[in-house]
Amino acid sequence: MSWFEKLMPTRIRTDVTNKGAVPEGLWTKCTSCSAVLYRAELERNQDVCPKCNQHMRIFGRRRLDLFLDEAGREEIAANLMPVDKYKFKDSKKYKDRLSVAQKNTGEKDALITIKGKVKGVDVVAVAFDFRFMGGSMGSVVGEKFVRAANVALKENIPLICFSASGGARMQEALFSLMQMSKTSAALAKLARNRIPYISILTDPTMGGVSASFAMLGDVHIAEPKALIGFAGPRVIEQTVREQLPEGFQRSEFLLEHGAIDMIVDRRDLRDRVSSLCLMLSNRPAVQVVN
Amino acid sequence: MNPNYLDFEQPIAELEAKIEELRYVGDDTEINIGEEISKLEEKSRTLTKNIFAKLGAWQTSKLARHPMRPYTLDYVDRIFTDFQELHGDRTYADDAALVGGIARLEGMPVMVIGHQKGRDTKENIRRNFGMPRPEGYRKALRLMKMAERFRIPILTFIDTPGAYPGIGAEERGQSEAIARNLFVMADLKTPIICTVIGEGGSGGALAIGVGDRVMMLEYSTYSVISPEGCASILWKSADKAEDAAEAMGITAKILKERGLIDQVIREPLGSAHRDIDATARNIKQALVDALESFEKIGLERLLEMRYERLTSFGDFLEQEAS
Repeated sequence: MSWFEKLMPTRIRTDVTNKGAVPEGLWTKCTSCSAVLYRAELERNQDVCPKCNQHMRIFGRRRLDLFLDEAGREEIAANLMPVDKYKFKDSKKYKDRLSVAQKNTGEKDALITIKGKVKGVDVVAVAFDFRFMGGSMGSVVGEKFVRAANVALKENIPLICFSASGGARMQEALFSLMQMSKTSAALAKLARNRIPYISILTDPTMGGVSASFAMLGDVHIAEPKALIGFAGPRVIEQTVREQLPEGFQRSEFLLEHGAIDMIVDRRDLRDRVSSLCLMLSNRPAVQVVN
Repeated sequence: MNPNYLDFEQPIAELEAKIEELRYVGDDTEINIGEEISKLEEKSRTLTKNIFAKLGAWQTSKLARHPMRPYTLDYVDRIFTDFQELHGDRTYADDAALVGGIARLEGMPVMVIGHQKGRDTKENIRRNFGMPRPEGYRKALRLMKMAERFRIPILTFIDTPGAYPGIGAEERGQSEAIARNLFVMADLKTPIICTVIGEGGSGGALAIGVGDRVMMLEYSTYSVISPEGCASILWKSADKAEDAAEAMGITAKILKERGLIDQVIREPLGSAHRDIDATARNIKQALVDALESFEKIGLERLLEMRYERLTSFGDFLEQEAS
């Protein structure tokens, strides 16, 4: 005990051994403005920083939990599992990467697909879990997307997709590239049958996901300041050898260049999307009492 | 080292140099060395066969990018007649990295679309090393829709390192341009045959690679990302490109085994650039055969089969519902 601590009366001395009593994760820092935020408060705010309006990343199941009505949810194709048929190995084995991701997220792969309601309107909604190998698209993601689209087709209800992905999953080699044409083919069928498809682009949506179903919506909505593009900023910088303009590949940049229809605050998504779905299905506006 | 030969081909190059030397000597002297020469030529053929019989994915990838490898327009001259190139996306520009036009295949009108690399530095700059920008994909889309309207089959030739990663390309919607092609090609009411003739690089290749039959030349490659790109992301070092090429399995033979492509087209001994005419004949035969078989199937059934085929790709496990 130092001389200073000895001077202090016992009741204002902090017991060092008791430090761990403060629960982990009670406070969190905003990823943009670094404001210290109370975790529970932030969660109530759907992970949007109350100080600077930064939309922090939220994942798969929680995303759909916030978006869909509580009643009438039904998961689609929950029993699909990834396989490592060709024993891919880079610095780590693909099999090991999969089990780590499964353990960390509690999901079998990177896409969650649920049939449910948004403010009383029936929809099929799918969302990426970016924590699962960077939300990369392999065979399971492609198959789940197609099955979700098929449910939308069969029930004649809109399809909503929340993308958050680094692109195709390299560990599944050319199979992952083929998921781009697979999911696009399913969307062509939806379009032919006049089923609305709304694509919501969240931070980040890149590569093969951006160059397939994320950019094929009847309506494209982005969350504020999301990174959206085909090639990654680092790759572009290395290729063109010049500094990228401020705000390059962010939602606001895409809106300005005509790639998306609107930027919508996360907390307004339920209102905006349910209203769009009703209008696109040529149905009257309805009031839902929750 | 002879630059016309790749590193693993050097033994062949040495032998060929020896034959050349003998020929030169033979012209001057009266000794008959013809027998000796033909013996050596036979030896060279056997050596080439042996080397090419056990090429790895990385060596194949070097062949696919060989500076002497034939490009789309080299084949167009040899396979088709009456080719008329069509230019521009009608919106922004004409992309020289992706060429297209109408031509005849044994008298039948077809729409030809393909990536085009340059033969020298100047042409490569103009053609952007075969890396299309959004306007390239949009030109392809325009030509494909035209082909659908006039009921003309579409034949595409794939040979690109990938879509161009540039600022302008992103500003003009690279993602959307690629996605739109996948969407439209899935449903286009005319037969589509895609042939990978060199490098099948990722989304840039797939954007003209959706069809009723996908074929690959024997020493071409097709992959989700370049071996160098994959290595620098997953191994954190571009030097591991060889490992990445092997791990991804990017060769025609492996992709055929995995059911991802329909047909492998044979290349002549020593690969396509050693005999471009023979390679063109093989491609032409495959195209004619495919179109004939589609004729029998009929368009409606063909489109159903295309959809089934596109949505069938994938390896996964379905657990019993508990």
